[in-house]
Amino acid sequence: MAETKARVARPLSPHLQIYRPMLTMMMSIAHRITGFGLYFGTLILAWWFISAVGPNGYARFEWFAGSWIGRLILFGYTWALIHHMLGGIRHLIWDTGRGLGPTEREWLAAANLIGSITITVILWIIGLLAMGGSP
Amino acid sequence: MSGSAHIRTPLARVRGHGSAKSGTTHFWHQRVTAIANIPLTIAAVIILITLLGRNQAAVAQILGSPPIAIIMLLFIASITIHMRLGMAAIIEDYVHDDTAKLMMLMANTFFTVVVGLAAAYGILKLSFGL
Repeated sequence: MAETKARVARPLSPHLQIYRPMLTMMMSIAHRITGFGLYFGTLILAWWFISAVGPNGYARFEWFAGSWIGRLILFGYTWALIHHMLGGIRHLIWDTGRGLGPTEREWLAAANLIGSITITVILWIIGLLAMGGSP
Repeated sequence: MSGSAHIRTPLARVRGHGSAKSGTTHFWHQRVTAIANIPLTIAAVIILITLLGRNQAAVAQILGSPPIAIIMLLFIASITIHMRLGMAAIIEDYVHDDTAKLMMLMANTFFTVVVGLAAAYGILKLSFGL
């Protein structure tokens, strides 16, 4: 019966620390962490929209966005957004049954990471240029 | 479970402890919003970049213009639904105490509704200028 078995200290399924770290595993963890971060990052998006209602509020937002901590958070938010989006596309590819083979999944994981870093850097270069060099 | 538990059938014992039969709905809504998030995120990022370096009046005017406001409202709706589903999955994976889990799932709903509504309010205020 299930009740008697439940009292026996059965071995649990191996967790993260048992396995050798692999890129696909790391990208799986990164997908969850970036999703978790974006969840709270949406507060900044809401703040940005509400702040645009008046000049004083917008000045406060611009002060935050221009500060080093603000820039760091926004850079992290940008990377998390792009990484989670590319990771999501990877999951959608998997949903079709494609890309699950040993070489494909490694390639997709690497593309996810390299793609997210590249796109984030490009977006920030465009963004900083769009601001016309003003800090 | 003790006493008369042994006379209960295995089926009776597991009833009410298993699937709430909403897994497919969760999966489907998660995928629908995931797909919607792709073009909406790309659009939102492009809009954001074009707004960089502009003053508040210009930002308010552009964000409040009909096509941009509609894109941003769709973006907010899609990401907050997606956020709620994703965080629910995280809570269900790591929080095993029933009371704590229910409280956190509830807090998750409250948070995503409040953030979504606050962001939508900002956009609507810019659009209608009330």
